[in-house]
Amino acid sequence: MASLMVVGVLAGCSGGGGGSSTGAANANSSNCTNKIKNKSAPVVTLWAWYPNTEKVVDNFNNAHTDVQVCWTNAGAGGAEYDKFQTAVSAGKGAPDVVMLEADRIPTYQVQDALVDLKKLGYADVKDNFSEGAWKDVSVGDGVYGAPIDGGPMGMIYRKDIFDKYGITSPPKTWDEYAADAQKVKDAGGPLFGDFPANQPAYVTALLYNNGAQPFTYNTANKGTIGIDLNSAESKKVLDYWQGLVSKGLVGKQDQFTPEYISGVIGGKYATYLSAAWAPGYLQGAGVGKGADAGVWATAPLPQWDPSNPISVNWGGSAFSVTKQAKDPKLAAKVAFGVYADDASLKDGWENQIIFPLNVNVLKDPAFINAEVKFFNGQQANKEVYVPAANAYHGMTYTPIGQYYYSAFTKQIAAINDGSKTGSQAADALQADVVKYAKEQGFTVK
Amino acid sequence: MTTATARRVAAGADTQKPRGRGRTVSARQNAIGWLFVGPFGLIFLTLLVLPIGYALYLSLFQKSLIGGTRFVGLGNYAKAFTDPSFLSGVSFVISFSLVLIPLQMAVSLAIALMLDILVSRFARFSRLMIFLPYAIPTVIGALMWGFLYSENFGPLADIFGAFGKPAPDFLSSSLIFYGLLNVVTWQWAGYYMVILYAALQGIDPTLYEAARIDGASQWQIIFRIKIPLVAPALVLILVFALIGTLQFFNEPKILQPLAAGAIPNDFTPNMYAYQQAFSLANSNYGSAISFALAAVVFVCVYIFMFATRKRGNILS
Repeated sequence: MASLMVVGVLAGCSGGGGGSSTGAANANSSNCTNKIKNKSAPVVTLWAWYPNTEKVVDNFNNAHTDVQVCWTNAGAGGAEYDKFQTAVSAGKGAPDVVMLEADRIPTYQVQDALVDLKKLGYADVKDNFSEGAWKDVSVGDGVYGAPIDGGPMGMIYRKDIFDKYGITSPPKTWDEYAADAQKVKDAGGPLFGDFPANQPAYVTALLYNNGAQPFTYNTANKGTIGIDLNSAESKKVLDYWQGLVSKGLVGKQDQFTPEYISGVIGGKYATYLSAAWAPGYLQGAGVGKGADAGVWATAPLPQWDPSNPISVNWGGSAFSVTKQAKDPKLAAKVAFGVYADDASLKDGWENQIIFPLNVNVLKDPAFINAEVKFFNGQQANKEVYVPAANAYHGMTYTPIGQYYYSAFTKQIAAINDGSKTGSQAADALQADVVKYAKEQGFTVK
Repeated sequence: MTTATARRVAAGADTQKPRGRGRTVSARQNAIGWLFVGPFGLIFLTLLVLPIGYALYLSLFQKSLIGGTRFVGLGNYAKAFTDPSFLSGVSFVISFSLVLIPLQMAVSLAIALMLDILVSRFARFSRLMIFLPYAIPTVIGALMWGFLYSENFGPLADIFGAFGKPAPDFLSSSLIFYGLLNVVTWQWAGYYMVILYAALQGIDPTLYEAARIDGASQWQIIFRIKIPLVAPALVLILVFALIGTLQFFNEPKILQPLAAGAIPNDFTPNMYAYQQAFSLANSNYGSAISFALAAVVFVCVYIFMFATRKRGNILS
């Protein structure tokens, strides 16, 4: 998938012209990545980057005669968003259904690019998802995506490295995490973790983990936004990581890059703080297949206050119907139907590609008790991810997320190159994002 | 040029032929001239003038997520020239040009002079090899260097490790300047070398003969004859390189995901324009940044042309 991302970036460079040809695929099924089974049925176009999308789309197409999905991989994450944004600005070229991470939905909703699904089949599947799952894909009263997967976070670690340096139980608090990192370093061991500038959503989750509430956004009052990025909680987290970085205890490598993955495989990092979908991604990139097979384990994310733990989420996506969809009803049927059948969900969670939000799966003993091969038979869902998902209270996403992430990346890079302390970075970030929000016409509280 | 020729021919016709007939001939020839220019003119208008005009039009409006689009006149330009992101990008590309261009010129000129003197199969082979990086697409070249610089994949760690030293990380924020410098020089020196080599081949060899008879050494020939005579080509290269470097985009954009945070989205003005237009849904400000950059390029090229007005006559 890392190589996919690079390709995605390249495709992004080659210009906006590429986007429109995909949109025109509505009538022409030869542009699809997948094979259309029922050629006479109307076609709905879909952009998605799940590693098993092809299988999922085939499952859907085989089961439907009234509609067929034409799937394109328009890049993962940012690469897709740039293309989708261009299509939204241009007013054409967008697919009928688009995969969006939940934190991006308000950005497109405020531009009037997404269709409210409340009257387009929401009622039929309402009970399949928790209230929190629906909240993450809603803006105000409207539902702007069909929830698919979430990213409850845990601490993936190398059992072999922990054993070698005498760490008998995984750190439960951030103080223990720092102490263990120091211990490993003093013994000449590898880095303990990583602080990536290119994953601001991950660092945002770490801020929430200390009880920070960076944003408030009430859609009843669409033009008002609350921004509190330099709270004491945020500063504490950023100063903590700046400390780890400056002492050389953790790396400062960007993630989802060949460089980082090769480091992970090579045992350069003792822990990988990440979400439930990480093993699927790591295995796709070749982790856990060679000399590092069977060395991985997972534990709950460290906490600031163990008596008052805060569960956080990183990533997780939904299928949204775009305003450019020719037949929104049919598109909504696809959005709610793709990746909703048992076979696809099973393929997703068995390979840790997704952490499903569908409650029928979450309650399924087979899912809860699954012994995950990547974690050497550990019951990862039962021990780590299901409790984390159940304790997750949601985050607040805003329409200025895109800019916020870009500004945050800059500040994390400044922390990493030693030019700013965590607190200074938080103050600079606050000033930067407030300025942007005002420019964009928001009233900032 | 075509129109100029047509007019000259027409003017010639005017003096020879009686007035009435002359006008029809001239009109017909004019029409034929336009016909020849037509295809080019059409493409020029639709693919260059029209998009530029539209971008200029866009740049006069301000678009915000709340409140929509409104006319602000030159407001976006005022904002660009006080925007620290844009200004830091401009100062980066200017300082990059100041280091890159002399280096690139020196390298390509040295190689061209060397290949001009050597006449052997090896020289021809070297010429091809030195030109080769230019034939490799920028994207591939930049990716390749990204991996060569890489700590885990590249050879640097091994080479420096052999001497017990830590390898320099050309993708870190402190050394990215030199990392990019190397990529661009590698990619373009061969191309400029070919231009200079062609210019050197165009010099009349009797000049060298005369110089040698007068007792000039090889170095004197180089500095007194060859370099002055290829000066116009040097000026041309400089202008190309200056414009290209101020619009720096491909290499940093491709190395961005490999260079852990060292290349922010506002690294160069063009990258910043890209971010505004394609990530932040603000093609208006993106257009304004592009035009502001064009103004900077114009000023820089003008300063340079003014400074070299006596030597470089190829562009004037």
